[in-house]
Parts: sequence; structure tokens; C-alpha cells
Amino acid sequence: MTIMTLDQIINSLGLTVLTDLKDFKSLTPSYGYTSDLLSCVMSGAKNQGVWVTLQAHNNIVAVAALLELAAVIITEGAMPDETTVAKANEQGITLLSTEKASFYIAGKLWEMGLRDV
Amino acid sequence: MRTYRADLHVHTVLSPCAQIEMIPPLIVREALEFGIQLIAITDHNTTKNIAAVQKAAAGTELVVLPGMELQTREEVHVLCLFDTLEQTQDFQKEVDIALPVIPNRPDYFGEQFVVDETGDFIESEDRLLLTSTKLSLRQAWEKVEQLGGLFIPAHVNRKTFGLLENLGLVPDDFPILTLEISRHITPAKAVVEFPQLKGYPLIQNGDVHGLDEFLGSNEYFLANATTEELRKAIQGKENRSFTYNI
Repeated sequence: MTIMTLDQIINSLGLTVLTDLKDFKSLTPSYGYTSDLLSCVMSGAKNQGVWVTLQAHNNIVAVAALLELAAVIITEGAMPDETTVAKANEQGITLLSTEKASFYIAGKLWEMGLRDV
Repeated sequence: MRTYRADLHVHTVLSPCAQIEMIPPLIVREALEFGIQLIAITDHNTTKNIAAVQKAAAGTELVVLPGMELQTREEVHVLCLFDTLEQTQDFQKEVDIALPVIPNRPDYFGEQFVVDETGDFIESEDRLLLTSTKLSLRQAWEKVEQLGGLFIPAHVNRKTFGLLENLGLVPDDFPILTLEISRHITPAKAVVEFPQLKGYPLIQNGDVHGLDEFLGSNEYFLANATTEELRKAIQGKENRSFTYNI
């Protein structure tokens, strides 16, 4: 399995970090998951994974915290509001943003070697 | 104070998914035959047929509240209920800005007819109504709250456009007055199946798309049929109350 850091993911995909900066080089996500239905994410995503979604609702933070996800990549330029970003910072969740669509991001992550699902 | 048997989620022929029989005089007749005295007209992202239903109900025992079933950015359906047409028109302006312009395909989605109080055709709505607006749940709640309306997430347990399927949990970034459960479940079963619902007042409506779909599950004990009275009844304040009767 290719080990990659969240820092590499952020840089290769040109993601915008919406939450507080962290030592992204020390984080090594091992799983990827994509869905916009939070009920499915709650039962389908795994700990320390990266979750790709265009859902920017406040509840993404609760779900990410519940599953201890490494990061949430919010696609298609969807913007969480300030409350959501503040809540993510409180919970230590990293929110990342991109204009690209979920399919593109998932494809790139796969190409980079994030293939455990 | 009196009891109103109610169904607060009723579509007309303007909703592409509603049956062609959902015209004002038949809606009024059928609701009254079901023993219902209070309905809300809640078409998808539109309010254009409300006045016609109100006119059709004039002189009868039936009260018709103006409303809308809004589809938020999260693909969640929410009942937005008001008291006056002015409020709904103000809300419609916000929704029109937030609704993407996609032409309806009647062969696929269904016809969207604006009609008069007799059910006669006035015009077809060309814009596809059954799609998400750009309003987030929170933004929509703010607007409805500012206008003095009620904001009630619809059929929260449903797989499509339901709050729990799309967002997993009940949001905590704005106050929830009540949640609507779908017609195929009881409040008791809903809480067992979805423990997230525990502690919230649950109402049920028919989500009426055809004339045989009125339910009238809830009876509200109110001084008069207004959203403010409904709010008090749902909260159990000032001797107002509601019951579940199925």
C-alpha cells in the first residue's frame, strides 16, 4: 500500500484548507469514501479515511468527528458556513475545498494510490 | 378553542408528481369528506396555486394555510407554512432567485399546471420545480423565521429527500420545532427505527399527491387556525395541544 500524507494530497489536488492548519505531513489517510448521503457515510466510511462529498452542511462535522476521519474534501465549490468551520476547528476536523467534482477528486486519489476502500 | 383535524402537506396539479385530480374544488371536497378542517397547500418550490384553493374553500369549514415544500441545497424537503399570501409571495421571491432555471420535461417529471379555483387551466409552469434550490437548510430556516412562518422538515424518515437519509442526524444549528414523519410509519415506530428523533415532537401528514391520500393523523387544539397557534400546540403551550389519532 502506498503511504501518502494529507499534505501530499492537499498539494497535488490543489485543495484549499478551510480549517486551522495542522501538521498535515504527519497524517496518513488510508481509506477513501465518497457519498453525499450522510446516513450512508455513517455506516460506510472508515476511521482515518478521507471523505469526498459536495455536502457542505453543518452535520458533516458531526459525522467526520464520529468516524474520526482524517479530512473531508468538499467538492464543486460548495462552501460550509462560518459556524460549520468553527465547529470543525473545535472538533479538530480538517475541511478541504475544491472547485472540482467528486468524481475527479476520487479519480485523482485513486491514481495517487489511495485504493483501500 | 376548538379541535382541527389537519393535513398540513397537500400538493396540487402544480407539483409535477401530483395526480391530475389535485385541483382546488376536489381537494376541498375530499378534505372535508375526510373530516379535515385544516390543510396547508405545499407544492414543490412554488406557491402559485394556493389562492385558487383558498377561493375554492371560501364559505366552507375548511381553512387553507399557504405553504411550500421547499427543497434545500442538501436535497432535503421542508414544509414552510405561513398565514398570509403576502408572506408566501415574499418567500417565493427568495426561492425564485435560489431555484436554478431548468426547463421541465413533462413527459418525464409530469405536468405543472397553474389553475383557477374551479380547476381550469391558466398556464403551465415551464421551470422544473422538483429540484434543489441554492438555499441551505439554515438559510431557509432564517428566511421562514424572519417572515414569521413555521419550518418543518418533511417526511424525515424517507429515503429520498428525507432529512435523516441525507444528513444522518437532526441538525443542531437552528431550533427544530417539530419533524414530519412519512405516512407509512407511526411516531412510536419512527423513534425506535431512528433514535435520533427521540425528544422531538413528531407530526404526520398525508403528503397528499392524490385525492385518496388524505390522512388527518393529527388533531390540533387551537384558538384559531394560524401558524402561531400551531406552534403553541406543537410545543404544548397555553393549553394548546395536538394528538395523534391513527
